[in-house]
Amino acid sequence: MSGPGYVEVLDLATGAVLVCAVLTLWRRDLRAIVSVLALQGLALGVVAGVLASHDHDAGLAITAGLVLVAKGLVIPWLLRQVVRRDPGSRETTPLVNVPASLVAAAVLVVIAYLASAKVTTLFPSAGSRLAPIGVATVLVGFFLLATRRKAVSQIVGLLLVDNGVALVGFLLTAGVPLVVELGASLDVLLVVVVLRVLTTTMRARFGAIDLDQLRELHD
Amino acid sequence: MLIYATLAVPLAAGATAALVPWRRWVGWMTTLANAAVLALGIALCADTANRRPLGALAGGLRADALSSFMVVVIGTIALLAAGQAVRYLGTEIERGHSSARHASLYAVLVQIFVTCMLGAVLAANLGVMWVAVEATTIATTFLVGHRRTNGALEASWKYVVICSIGIALAFFGTVLVYYAALHVGAHPGAGHGAGVLDWTSLIVVSRHLDPGVMRLAMALLVLGYGTKVGLAPMHSWLPDAHSQAPAPVSALMSGVLLTVAFYALLRFKAIADGALGPGYTRTLLVVVGLGSLLLAASLLVTQKDYKRMLAYHSIEHMGLIALGAAAGSTLAIAAVLLHILGHGLAKAVLFLASGEILLVEGTSEIAKVPALLSRRPVLGGIFGFGLVALLGLPPFSLFVSELNMIRAEIAVGLGWVAAISLVCMAVIFATVTAHGRHLLLGDAAQSAPVAATPRIVTVPLITGLVACAFFGVVAWPLQSLLHAAAHVVAG
Repeated sequence: MSGPGYVEVLDLATGAVLVCAVLTLWRRDLRAIVSVLALQGLALGVVAGVLASHDHDAGLAITAGLVLVAKGLVIPWLLRQVVRRDPGSRETTPLVNVPASLVAAAVLVVIAYLASAKVTTLFPSAGSRLAPIGVATVLVGFFLLATRRKAVSQIVGLLLVDNGVALVGFLLTAGVPLVVELGASLDVLLVVVVLRVLTTTMRARFGAIDLDQLRELHD
Repeated sequence: MLIYATLAVPLAAGATAALVPWRRWVGWMTTLANAAVLALGIALCADTANRRPLGALAGGLRADALSSFMVVVIGTIALLAAGQAVRYLGTEIERGHSSARHASLYAVLVQIFVTCMLGAVLAANLGVMWVAVEATTIATTFLVGHRRTNGALEASWKYVVICSIGIALAFFGTVLVYYAALHVGAHPGAGHGAGVLDWTSLIVVSRHLDPGVMRLAMALLVLGYGTKVGLAPMHSWLPDAHSQAPAPVSALMSGVLLTVAFYALLRFKAIADGALGPGYTRTLLVVVGLGSLLLAASLLVTQKDYKRMLAYHSIEHMGLIALGAAAGSTLAIAAVLLHILGHGLAKAVLFLASGEILLVEGTSEIAKVPALLSRRPVLGGIFGFGLVALLGLPPFSLFVSELNMIRAEIAVGLGWVAAISLVCMAVIFATVTAHGRHLLLGDAAQSAPVAATPRIVTVPLITGLVACAFFGVVAWPLQSLLHAAAHVVAG
């Protein structure tokens, strides 16, 4: 893919990644949050796919397929099973309420642009121009992780950070070497599996997947 | 050949443990495998101490003096921990707290964990090293939660979430280093060659890496790998995970996993120093190192639990190591490496001894376990000498390494840092001595009978302490190796 169409599709898909990140702050229904995460995974796969077809890069094309399957389908599927067993589960009492969270997200996007100015000017291209969006996704992920109390929301926050880092990788370097990408994807998948097992145990133990139940250890 | 064997032996032991139902001999077999890792590590050291790195797997694996030294540390602690695991699992099954299936799972996960650590120090590619370090988190999560209490569940949740976040930041840093390396121009058309992220090729081009990108990358790497090292401000998982995990797992995590993550930082520090000069990374390491020391000093005072006390002690020692690495001279790095070995030995012995105390006393509260020395003289003695070693008193090797780190810090103009760290160490000395005095001497109930400690516990732990003291008194077996290993990253 080349010409003006390439840049527009890239812009659109990259923008979708950030929009999905912000949507996770907006929605309270955990099922909706997981769906948004799946959408973000697909958008991330599209970014990698577009870059791969533009550069005729076989390694990145494999990565794109991997991302689509792992982050668009498998991981959301794993999380959906957790949420489904907990019908009507909502993020009822986040530490920062939804309107304030959205304002914070806007501030984080500005910070991301300021922080990554130096990096993106090193080698300007259609991709590196968009890298601040990846940084913003990372920051929104952190914010979600810090302010939400449901186990599933925290897992989603973790995955937002991961997707953001992956997005920066695609945009700046056309993806890390395939062997590293494979290992990293496997690691992320296993982390989600591990967290799912812990969440299931938590529900069996406390009857809820609310992290407020976890307050035995402190100083 | 040696490199393949180093990775294959512990993995094969893990596979065997997965295939056959748990018996005591399975535990002894994994112990033997870890002893083999130690032996292979020593062989690797002998091969690489003359500064000729070994390669394997088409350049995917690489062992220089630094990697070989880390293999020895991993092998030593894994050997100590595996021996005690046989007793821990046996007792848990006897008391009905655990089943044979759980014991098998434990053995398999520990062997995967050890293999991942070995993979991290033997990987030539810094991206692959990252994958291996992240894999250690996954392998250890269920080990932290092995006791299946609410506290253990909470600790494993915190552990996996915080460490995954930290390691994601480290990946971000790695991606930025890769970005900087791609634009050096020394690799025209290298594109996706995995070789770009090889440590050796990064060192070659380090002078030409973009300073702006490298500054951001190194900050993310120190924060990210610093999480796994247990450095402030991302330390909060450590006291929970190390106090809730079964003792042999705590020994492995505290004694060697922290320093494997620090090994990753040493590798990146060498690259960043080439690109930015030593000043930038030094500042970062001084900040996190002093932060960790101050944190440990202030929180150790209030500790009521002896396993948590040991965990905070790990944060202190990681802070000291970070400050030593900040100094960065060959002398400093050699002292850091000796400290890695000495701390690993002393901390492993203490965690294993604390596991035995927990097993026989049933509580990890300091107040409820008084006068250990009169009731269980040998076990109390081991714990006492372990504390003496950890507090940096002679003849143990930690005294030598701390002294040399401070000398190196003063030599590069970090005298004020050395002064602050000495004050923190003095505070920690006072508080830990107070806790230790109650634990060891205290007021015993008058008629408390003297109980013996089984030889399966005493012999390995005393051996560990003797080794720690031996390297404090006679440095010659290690000297050339430490120097060669330090030379790898200290330019």
